[in-house]
Amino acid sequence: MKIRFWGVRGSIASPGPKTVRYGGNTTCIEIRTDNNELIIIDAGTGIFPLSQTLLAEMPVTANVLITHSHWDHIQGLPFFIPNFIPGNTLRLHGAFDPVSGKGVEQVMSVQLQYSYFPVREAEMKARIEYITLAPEQSIQIGSATVTPFLMNHPVIDFGYRIEAHGKSVFFTGDHEPPQNIYEPGEEGYAEYQTFVDEKADDIHRAMKGVDVLIADCSYTEQEYPAKKGWGHGTFHTSIQYAKEAGAKVLFCTHHEPMRSDDALDAVFQQVLEDNPSKTGDPEYRLAREGDTFEF
Amino acid sequence: MSPELSQKLTAAVDGMPAFPKSVQKILELTRDVNCSPKDLVQVIDKDPVVTVKVLRVVNSAYYSLPKQITSINHAVVYLGFNTIKNLALSIAAIGMLPANNEAGFDAQQYLLHSLSTAGIAKKLALQLDDIDPMDCFIAGLLHDFGKVVFAQFMPKEFKKALQISQSNNSSLHLALREVVGTDHAVVGAMLVEKWRFPADLVDTIRHQYSPELNDTPMVACVFAANQISKKLGFGFGGNPYIEGLTPTIANRLGGTLDEVIASLGNLEPLFEEAKIFSKV
Repeated sequence: MKIRFWGVRGSIASPGPKTVRYGGNTTCIEIRTDNNELIIIDAGTGIFPLSQTLLAEMPVTANVLITHSHWDHIQGLPFFIPNFIPGNTLRLHGAFDPVSGKGVEQVMSVQLQYSYFPVREAEMKARIEYITLAPEQSIQIGSATVTPFLMNHPVIDFGYRIEAHGKSVFFTGDHEPPQNIYEPGEEGYAEYQTFVDEKADDIHRAMKGVDVLIADCSYTEQEYPAKKGWGHGTFHTSIQYAKEAGAKVLFCTHHEPMRSDDALDAVFQQVLEDNPSKTGDPEYRLAREGDTFEF
Repeated sequence: MSPELSQKLTAAVDGMPAFPKSVQKILELTRDVNCSPKDLVQVIDKDPVVTVKVLRVVNSAYYSLPKQITSINHAVVYLGFNTIKNLALSIAAIGMLPANNEAGFDAQQYLLHSLSTAGIAKKLALQLDDIDPMDCFIAGLLHDFGKVVFAQFMPKEFKKALQISQSNNSSLHLALREVVGTDHAVVGAMLVEKWRFPADLVDTIRHQYSPELNDTPMVACVFAANQISKKLGFGFGGNPYIEGLTPTIANRLGGTLDEVIASLGNLEPLFEEAKIFSKV
């Protein structure tokens, strides 16, 4: 299995001299099974450079998994070049949105409105299919088994577990570990805590035993209190997940758009010092645009 | 019930507005980006319409849950607070349930009756061991949901049934069967079953007039709470007829209706709280 990061930035694309090492594109991860089947998780701006490399292997069947519908995870979709060339297929997978009452097709239709993009879907030459997934209902993509799990973010967010040929990877999408909304001792605290604990168990089960965990590490522990409820994790919470899952490698992603390369290095250095590696611990890495990891 | 009627009532609930106080509170709370989840949950779970609509979404086929969800708190953990907040907001945007409807059904008194039944059912459940008090609260809150749907969408028929029940001091569900051909227990159960609510909740609503057909702790709590609420005049759901406890329910709760009321102690605070919420 091969993983390549095409976008690791959170919230908004952040090009410029200060982000040139880790990259400024928003979330997009390419996964290749050992059979070379193409799975793309999220369609942030990173999907545009990825799509250019696909022109060498047409006809392309791109299985795109959308974690959630926020801009930084879908914005590159209209610029997915194979869409404009006959013979290619885009299969877009994602969640049902209970507020709008629509399936994954809305992440495309919203962006292809005439005021925002010049080409209508009917004018796109590739075959485009929409597959709205239900939590914990696995689907098969070639040799890969893909299972979505409900995570915690301001919109419905799926974490995806992908397993093929005995290898596995889990990506959280944007995720903040849920917390009790009541104070200890308040009525409702105990009941709510049972739900939180159940949810935590579900998430552990989702990640259990994966080789590679890719997780939302937007904030440091010091930054987190001011960002509580925004739907993002910290380096600390993700390291905890990686340890509990028994993952071999943790890739920290969704880098803050205001965090320069130097600042990111410094923050990560501190994280490593705070979490000294013991035998059997996962290896901790920063996701970097362009990096490939094969296992 | 005819398939046409069932379809009509199911579709009608989509556009049904919530109670004025919760609409007001939801709009007020959601104006603040840092809206407290706890405050919002406490508004949602006191409004039968909003509760039904939120639980309907979370239990829908799109999430194919291994176990159905009955509590708003659970829905918040499952779908995330912001999603529940925006669901509540879209319900609030429909408008407010009018204080006066063509049926002459007092929505405020109905809400008071539903809330007090919910509160008493929860209190009764706390005295038993094998039942979740919050499940009983929701069942109490929703036991008469069918009535508010009738009042909204079949006001003429509902008005007639209310009049018959009032003039004979007979149970409203019998009058409804006479006029509409079905009653609010059947309709309420049909709706929540369609929305994949848990079976014990569906059955409790369905058998609220025939508790002997479904001898469970939840039925005992909700049936007794309903009669207690009526007897003490905590609101009014349109049904003046008070039934005694069946032997099995009396056995589960340890006494007759009056003995159970005495065992509950002071219900005034519970009623006061319900009153605050139902007031426009």
